[in-house]
This record gives sequence, structure tokens and C-alpha cells, in this order.
Amino acid sequence: MNPQHPTALSYPSATGPIRTQVLIIGGGATGTGLARDLALRGLHCVLAEKEDINAGASGANHGLLHSGARYVASDMDAAKECREEGELLKRLAPHCIEANGGLFVAVKGDDENYIADFPHMCADCGIPFEELDVKLARMLEPALSPNLIAAYRVADASIDPFRLSFENLAQAQQLGTLFLKDTAVVAFEIRNKRIETVRLQNRQTGEEITVIADQVVNAAGAWAGYIAAMAGLELHMIYSKGTLLVTQNRLTRRVINRLRPATDADILVPGGTVSILGTTSVRVPSPDGIRPTVAEVDLIIDQGAAMVPVLESTRFIRAYAGVRPLFGSQHDGGDRSVSRGFALLDHASNGVDNFITITGGKLTTFRLMAEKTADLVARRLGISAPCLTDKQPLPKTEFSQWTEPGLAPKLWLRRHDPNDNLLCECDMVPKSAVESITAQLSRSGRQTDLTAVALRSRIGKGPCQGSYCSVRVAAHMYDIGVLQGPQGIPQLRDFLQERWLGQHPLLWDLPLVQSDLMQALHCAFFNIDQEQNQEEPW
Amino acid sequence: MEAGRIHCDLLVIGAGMAGASAALFAAKRGLKTVLVGSTAGLQFAGGMLDLLGVQAPNTANIPALRPWEAMAALIQEQPLHPYARIPLQEIRRAFVEFTELLASAGLSYYCEPENNLQIITSLGTRKTTYLVPKSMQSNAAALAQKPPCLLVDFEGLKGFSARQISATLGKHWPGLRHASISLNGAVHKSYPQPLAWELENQAVRAVLVKALRKQLQGEEVIGLPAVLGLASAGQVQAELEKELGLKVFEIPMLPPSMPGLRLKETMEKLFVNLGIQTLLQRQVQKVARSEGDGFTAYIGPDEPLTMVRARGILLASGRFFGKGLHATRKGILETIFNLPVYQPENRALWHHEDLLHSQGHPINRAGLETDENFRPLNSDGNAAFPNLFAAGTILAHNDWMHLKCGSGLSLATAYAAVNAFVQTRSNAFG
Repeated sequence: MNPQHPTALSYPSATGPIRTQVLIIGGGATGTGLARDLALRGLHCVLAEKEDINAGASGANHGLLHSGARYVASDMDAAKECREEGELLKRLAPHCIEANGGLFVAVKGDDENYIADFPHMCADCGIPFEELDVKLARMLEPALSPNLIAAYRVADASIDPFRLSFENLAQAQQLGTLFLKDTAVVAFEIRNKRIETVRLQNRQTGEEITVIADQVVNAAGAWAGYIAAMAGLELHMIYSKGTLLVTQNRLTRRVINRLRPATDADILVPGGTVSILGTTSVRVPSPDGIRPTVAEVDLIIDQGAAMVPVLESTRFIRAYAGVRPLFGSQHDGGDRSVSRGFALLDHASNGVDNFITITGGKLTTFRLMAEKTADLVARRLGISAPCLTDKQPLPKTEFSQWTEPGLAPKLWLRRHDPNDNLLCECDMVPKSAVESITAQLSRSGRQTDLTAVALRSRIGKGPCQGSYCSVRVAAHMYDIGVLQGPQGIPQLRDFLQERWLGQHPLLWDLPLVQSDLMQALHCAFFNIDQEQNQEEPW
Repeated sequence: MEAGRIHCDLLVIGAGMAGASAALFAAKRGLKTVLVGSTAGLQFAGGMLDLLGVQAPNTANIPALRPWEAMAALIQEQPLHPYARIPLQEIRRAFVEFTELLASAGLSYYCEPENNLQIITSLGTRKTTYLVPKSMQSNAAALAQKPPCLLVDFEGLKGFSARQISATLGKHWPGLRHASISLNGAVHKSYPQPLAWELENQAVRAVLVKALRKQLQGEEVIGLPAVLGLASAGQVQAELEKELGLKVFEIPMLPPSMPGLRLKETMEKLFVNLGIQTLLQRQVQKVARSEGDGFTAYIGPDEPLTMVRARGILLASGRFFGKGLHATRKGILETIFNLPVYQPENRALWHHEDLLHSQGHPINRAGLETDENFRPLNSDGNAAFPNLFAAGTILAHNDWMHLKCGSGLSLATAYAAVNAFVQTRSNAFG
């Protein structure tokens, strides 16, 4: 018996243009947050994302909800913003946050002047802190180096950026927002100083979509410059690449920051059952094709181990890299000293009256960025409805919860349904999770693919990195009618390739053994590498 | 002579395809043979025996239908590949001798000597291989001829969807249909091994036959997940075919698989039949030279260690999965003798960014370099020891996953290395 799955889509017909009040370009934290903010004000929006949710910097960061202490030396305004937004989000979106607190620690050899100034700088920004005896700090966090010379406790927290964006989008969709996944802007048609129509294209199917919107918001993050250029505008974007590593096990209870001016590999953020170590800051010419490298991985481990020595020998399961969209002018202070404050640009002053860009900023302040953008949009549309995202809690949805490490096993054990097979055995993701995710996905676009299901769950994120669960999930997606025709094999290849990009710089010791097995299964056994070349023998 | 020591002619380290077959070849040649290592890896072989699955290593990933012709291209493009060291006739003999041994212990294989076979896998891919278990003979025939065919899956069995296979292959195979069957009466349904065990039970098989009859619409052949029994696999299949009056075949699925398990158990039976002394699931802790040219190996991990005094050692400890090689952030080491390992210059060169890169990953050609007698080299480029041989995937210059030559590489080099050892022995005593 194969229960038929709802594949009917609430998707626009390709025949006519889609009319909306606001077109939002970019499905990161800002874009999804803006969609929710505007939807709560009663506006109709279309959110177009060229890949999938959090495909840029929103999905490639530490998942750190800053207390603000990180920025006390470099940017007091950003520090204060972080403090305020952090407190607000802990109250209104607690299901996306683990309020575990954080430590700033220094080890022998670190800059003593910076250590001495730190409490004063925190006080100046109104950021709560508490000095800890180093012995106490090591009792609280036994993984810390024995060479600790100073420790402060702050109110850092971990935040799941995927869950956050999924929940923001979920409420926006519920209020009528249309989400177009895999849909890129192709061109703006500008007449009389207005973007009259926006031509978009589905990158999977090639289908063209036209949107007529009263207002167009460019929330494309690191790609904001490219979008602006399509409207004939020039933005000066700086692309700063950051690489991060995910450990197999959680190493600390709290967020651990190195107490020194921001540099490489100085933050370790726990999240569920894993920890995330990073990052680097390397200027790159473009935000596309960003990959972690072997040299960056080695640098991060060597640096991080000074603070948490077990990093030298722990098992890593994934590396990833993102590009911080920094907005500003050329300067000499290095990219870390560029303001992490955001830029809200009203392009009416550049001759395009219904076009706005929101970029820069950071995950912790995404809501504020969305609020300020929505205020401008509402003003232009003559709508007086106030922002509600600073008052209303973010609703919790069932299908958005599967990204949390360690959650699926708990739910599965609690439900104890013998027919609800585990498809992923590393992170214990059951059939029911896949069904819940695919049902929601089918509302968002025409294609439901393995990679999109994996993005919304822990599938492929355990030690086997998808070697086994990919096959089982694909089989189940066929059984419930979500996959059809011969698309399973190319999807499997895409999924494994996506996993591979985060694996190959980390392959030594056990992960290399695991990758040997993965290649043995998929290349030597299943021959998926040959399948694309087998058209002739038929 | 000390008590508690085992004395032998040849100690084989590693009980994967290369080590296990080397022990069989050695015992057959009258050598007193000891085999140490884990046979668990054999299950991952999936049960099919590959010879060479790509037309040529540098022309993308095109399947080879004529493997012996592809061999010529391989040897020309990769003259350091271990296959290049072995006359083709010897490689054929290795396969013949090995499959005859398996048949003598009740496990039959099928091949077309000059051709590769292509079979359907559970993913709907077509796997190119050389020898298949008898239970997959009709799989290859069905894929080649595409008669009306019913693919069936069992409800609850993970990672096997008949719908997936027929959706993937259906465009080119109009007579392909799929169905899903609930095996009432079977308790353990999620994994192949318990399910195979259930199907050894006559009552469960009767349920299956009845359910299959209900689904048939004039098909000539039925494909089922490779779970048709364990020890009495041949019987289970024969009985289904007789009851239904048509051909039934197995479709291999994600390892550890039943065909792999059957291969493992048959080889373990042969170890007994041929008088091989086994120290399975145990590991070599260290090896020392002893007087003469021999070795003394200390086998653990538990104390007291077993001491094996051997005239020669055949090292078939595998690559990373087999723990014959170990990778650190700084480089790759051989784990037992600390032999030099041929490897890319640094870690950044180990892998391509493209998982399915048409050239394969450079690290997959790392391993031990040997002389013409399969003796690993020391850093001077000479045989490290006169009586230490190596076989299987630990050898350098073979990317078996990319070339789809794993089993053949293991069998052929095991065969050649054992013969080389016999030769050196007869030279020494001749």
C-alpha cells in the first residue's frame, strides 16, 4: 500500500503574471523575516529565492545569537542592537533558540590590554557580563584549555537559523505569501522610474514567471549587488568568506568566544548534539562557488585548539563556507572591522521609486532589519499598520522542527509507532518526518527534491553523511508519490555532491573510512557515476 | 619451539576478498595457512564479482561490456595498475579457481566469460559486473531482453521501492510493472537479514507465493529484493520458480546484503574444508622478524596474544575501511609494517571537489608499491622483506571504486602473490 501523497500544488498558473503588493527577492533570514513582518501587516507578498531557504550567509554561519559582547570594541551600535534583539528573540522565538549562555575566555599569550578593557567596553554598551574565576570557568566547561587566564560570562545563545527562517516563512505563507523556490530574477522592466514587471525563471524547469509588484525589495544578501545592477544601480559590496566546521559531538554546554580582537576560529557554538567552530575571513571576488578548503580547515583547527584542546583530535563531520555581505567603502581595517550594521537603501534617490535594498547586518539583527524595511515599504504604500514581530511570538510549526539535532530521536521514541521506520539511523529521522516535510514543500513549488528534504531535516547530517539515508529516503519518496520517473538518480547524485563539498576537506581518520564506504556503495556497488553515460546501450 | 605458538607456511593478514581468497589459494597449494582478520568487509562486496567495469580509466565513466578488451586500454593508460603485472590468462584462472571453490561449497555463480553482465539494482541503476550469484542470472537476462516483468517490494523493507525501480527504468522497458506486498506472517520486515531468515520458513513463503499470484498479469519474470533465504538460498528461489511457473530473480540492495552474506558464509565454510586455521575478528598487534627469514606475529587484541610463526606473510589488510591504511591530517600510513605509502603530496590533493569526477580521486590510488612478485617496497625501492607479499586494495595505483574492479583486483593479486610465494619457496628449497 502506498498512501497517496498530496501533490496538488497551490502554485500560480504559468499563463498570466502574478500580481502582488511586494516582491521580496532572497529567502534568507531577512527575506523570510520581512515576508512575515509584511504579512502580519496585512500585505500580500511573493518571496522569490533562486535556490532554497538560507542558501547564502543565513545558512552558513555559527548559529550564534550574539549577546553583543563580540562587537564592543569594533562597533558599539552593533553591540547594542545585538543585545536588544537577542533579548527580544529569546522571548518571542524560544523554540528556535537554546539560551545556553556564553563565555569569553583568554589563554596565555592573548592581548592583556584587550582583556583589561573588555569589562569596561561591555559596560559602556550596557551588555551584562560577569567575571569568572578561571578555575570555575573550567569546571563549567571542562573542555576549556588549562592555559586559561581570563573568563567572562555573557548572555550569548545558540539559534537554529534554518528553523528560524522556516518558521518565519511558514507564518507568512499561512497569511497568503507565495514562496517561489529555485526561482531567480532574470530582468527588471523599468518605466517611468518604476520597476513595472519583474521577469523570473524557475531554475529547475526553465519556466518563466512574471511578477507585477507595487514594491520590490532586494534582500538577496551577498547577491544584493547583482540584483541592484539589474536595475541599473551600483552597490559597493564586500564579500568576506567565512569557513566553519561541525563536530560530531557537542563539546561544550555554552558558546565559547576567544577574548581577543576578532580573528580566525575564535568562536565555538553548541547546537543540539553538535558544536560549530569558526570562522575565517577571506576577501573573495564573488559570492558564488564558495567552498571550504583544506588549508582553512587546518587553520581553524589549529587556532581553535588553543582555546578548546580537544578540537585537535575530535571528529568533524562537515565543513561549510558562507559569504558575509558587507556593505561599505574600501578601508584598511580588515573586513572584520567593517560595520556589521545593516544598510537600508531607498533607491528612490537613485531614480527607481519602488525599489529598496536591505543588506549587510547579521543573523542576530535580522528581525530589526526586516522591521525597518517593512516600515519603509508600508510608508510608500500608505499603510499605517504597525510592526508586530516585536510583540507577537513566532508560531511553532510541526514541519519546521526537524532541523534540530537530537529532536527526531526524542519524538520517535515518544510516539513509538512500529510502522514508522527510521530512514536515517544516524540522527533517527523517521518516515513520518519525511512525509510532513514533503507535504509542506509541495505547497511551495513544483519540485520536491531530496536535497530540499535534507535541508529541512537532519538527513545526511550524521556520521554517514547520507550514504545510507539518501537511498532510503529516495525509496520512500517514490513510494509516497513525491518522486516520479527517472529523477531519483540525478537527485541522489546532487544530494551526495552537496554533502561531498562539506566533507572532502575533512577526510582523515574515521571520516575518510566513512567516505571510502560511501564511494564503495554509490560508485562501486550502485554505479551511480556511470548512469549518466548509459543512454547508448539501450 | 615454544608452547602456544602456531607455526605455518603463510600467514594471511586481512580477511576481506583478497585475504580470504589468498588463504584459499594457498591452502589449495598445500601450504599450511593461517588467516587473521575480519570477514565483515565481505558483506559489503554485495555478492557480485567485478572484473573491470569501465571502458577505459580516462574516458569518463562509460561501462565496459567487453571487459578483456577494456583491460588492454587500462594497462596502456595506467601501466602501474596491479592488473598490468599479471598475465590475463592468470586473471582468468584466478576467477575460475575461485568460483570452482565456491561451487564446491554450494554457492553457484554465473558469468559469460567474454562479457560483462548488467543487472538492475534497487536504485534502478544498471550495475556492470562480471560474475553474479545464480540468483541474479535472470536479473541480467531480464535487463538485456526486457520481457514483461513484475518488480515486487515488501512493505516495511527499508531502501527498496519497486515503484522507484520501475519509474527509473520504465521509459525503456514498457512491460515493466511494480507491486508492493505485505508479508503477513513475517515479524521482522525492516532489514534484509531477518527477512531472508523469515523466507526460509515454508509458511512465510506460502504467503509470498499467494500474494505474488494475485499480482501477476501475465508477466514472464518476477524481480524481488535480494532476501530470498540465507543458507538455502538456491532452494528458496527454485521453489518460488516451481510454484509460480516462471523465472524469479534477486535485485541487489544496499549492503550489507544477503548475497554478500552468503559469499562470506561460504568462504568461512571453505576455510574449514581446506584446513585453514583462522583467527577471525582478531587483529595483528605487531610483527617481528624471527630467525631465518620468518616472521613472528602477535595476534590480539585480547591478552594473552596468540603468537604465529610464519615463513611468509601476505598482507591484505585493505585500505582505510579495512584499516590497512590510516590517514591523519598530515599523511597516510601503513598500519602494520609502517611500509612507505605512495600518496599525493599533501591533503589538498587527495580529493576533487566533484565527488563523481571522471578521473577518480587521487587518494584512491594511494597504497603500497611492490616489485614484480608483489613484494612491498621499502624506501630504497627494494623488496622490504624477501617473504612479505601484498595483495588487494592496499596496493598502489588502483582505484577500484572508480574502475569497478574490486573483486577481480583482489582475486587476481591474491592469486599472483600466493603463486609468487610458492615460487620463492620452491626456489629456496628446490
